[in-house]
Amino acid sequence: MKKYKIPHTFEFKSIIELYAQWIKDGTLKVNSDWNKDLKIKFTVQDPCNIGRKIGTNKIVDDLRFVVKAVVGEENFVDMVPNRSNNFCCGGGGGALQGGHTEQRRAYGKVKFDQIIETGAKYVITPCHNCHAQIEDMCHHHGGDYHTLHLWTVICLAMGILGENERTYLGPDLAELGLDIEGGIQ
Amino acid sequence: MIEAMKLEEFTCDFKEDVSSRIPEANFDLCLTCGTCTGGCPASEQYGMDPRKFLRMLLLGMDDEIRKSPWAWVCTMCGRCMSACPMKINIPKLIYNVRASWDRDKRPKGIRGSCDQHIKSGNAMGVPKEDFVFTIEDVAREIRETQPEFSDLEVTADRVGAYMVLNQNSREPVTEPDELGPLWKILHKVKADWTHPTVMWGGENYCMFLADEEGWRYIMEEFVYHIEHNLKCKVVVNTE
Ligand code: SF4
Ligand code: SF4
Repeated sequence: MKKYKIPHTFEFKSIIELYAQWIKDGTLKVNSDWNKDLKIKFTVQDPCNIGRKIGTNKIVDDLRFVVKAVVGEENFVDMVPNRSNNFCCGGGGGALQGGHTEQRRAYGKVKFDQIIETGAKYVITPCHNCHAQIEDMCHHHGGDYHTLHLWTVICLAMGILGENERTYLGPDLAELGLDIEGGIQ
Repeated sequence: MIEAMKLEEFTCDFKEDVSSRIPEANFDLCLTCGTCTGGCPASEQYGMDPRKFLRMLLLGMDDEIRKSPWAWVCTMCGRCMSACPMKINIPKLIYNVRASWDRDKRPKGIRGSCDQHIKSGNAMGVPKEDFVFTIEDVAREIRETQPEFSDLEVTADRVGAYMVLNQNSREPVTEPDELGPLWKILHKVKADWTHPTVMWGGENYCMFLADEEGWRYIMEEFVYHIEHNLKCKVVVNTE
C-alpha cells in the first residue's frame, strides 16, 4: 500500500492491538485462573511483519500483554533475542512454498533451538506462516512442543473454545473447559 | 587451484541497475564487518551469506548473483539491515534479484499462489462462492452446537461495517474450524465487522515472487473494494 501510494482513507490495525485494547478497557474479559495450578508454560513467536518490519515494538509488546493476560505472567517464557530483534522462523518470504525445503529447515533450526531453550510446552504463533513453519520444525527436528494460534488460547482462557477448535492442543489441555457431553461448560 | 579474479573484467551493471531503483540503498558503504552474516539464519545455506552476496554485487559478479538459489532461501526478514551499521538494504537487494529471474523460472509454489491470488482473490484459488459457503456453514454449525453463540452473526461484504478482516485463505480452506475462535471473540466484544470477498486472502505471494504488476493489481482491487464498495473504516490484519 505504502509502496504503491494507493490512496485510501481506512486505516490498518493488527488484531493483536485490538485484543490488547479490548482487554485493557474491559470489553474482552479474560483471565489466567485456569493455568494457576496447571502452570503450563507458553512462549511466543514474534512474526517479523509485526515486529522488526513496522519499526516499533508496539504490537509485539501488545502481544506479550495479551499472552500474559491469558496464560499468567509467571507462565510466560520469552525467547532470546525477541521482539524486533527476533530471528525469523524461516517460513517467511514465500519460503514455505519456495521449494528449498532442506535449506528452509536448516534456517528454522535457529528458531527451533530458541524454542527448546525456553522449555515451553506451547508456542503461540499469531501468524499463519510462522505456525506452519514452527510445526514443521517440531516434527522435523524432533521437538515435543505444540504450536497454537493466538485465538485458541484466548478462547481457552475465556472458557469458550469449542470441541472441534482444539486441533493444536496437547493432551494436557485437550479437554480443559469441556463438559462430559462435549459442550462448553 | 582457484584462479584469481581479474577485476577489470567486471562491470557492475546489476549493481547500477538495482541502485537506480533503490537510491537510498548505499551498497558501496558496506564495511564488510559481517554483522549481517553473524545474525542471519540463512547464512551458510548454499555456501552463501548476506555479506558475501553483497560482495559479489560490488564485484560485478552479476551472473553468479542472479543464478544463486539463495535469493529464495533468504526470507527478506530484515534482521541484517536492522543490525547493519550502515543500514544497507539487503532485503530489497534480494527482492530485486528475485525480480531479475524470468517469471517462469521463479519457484513454482510461489508463482502458483501468486497466479491464483490474481485470478481468484486468494492464494488457495478458492472461488468466492465457496468461501462464502464455508463461512456460512461454519457459522451455522457454531450457532447450532454452541448455545452461548446461538446468535453469532457472520457476514460477507456487509456495506458500512466498521471493520473488515484481512484473513489468511488457508483457514477457510484447510482448517475451517479455526475461523470460529476469532469470530467468537469478535462476537463477545460486539465488534461491527465483515469478511470482504474481493482479494480477501491476507497473504501476498506476488510480493514474495517479486511480481510488481501482480502485487499492485491485488492491492488496487482490495483498496477499491474496501473504500468504494464496503466503505469500511478499518482493515484488521488477523496475523
Ligand atoms: S552488516 Fe552492513 S556493513 Fe556489515 S558486512 Fe553486512 S552489509 Fe556490510
Ligand atoms: S533478510 Fe535475508 S539476509 Fe537478511 S537476515 Fe533475513 S534472511 Fe538473512
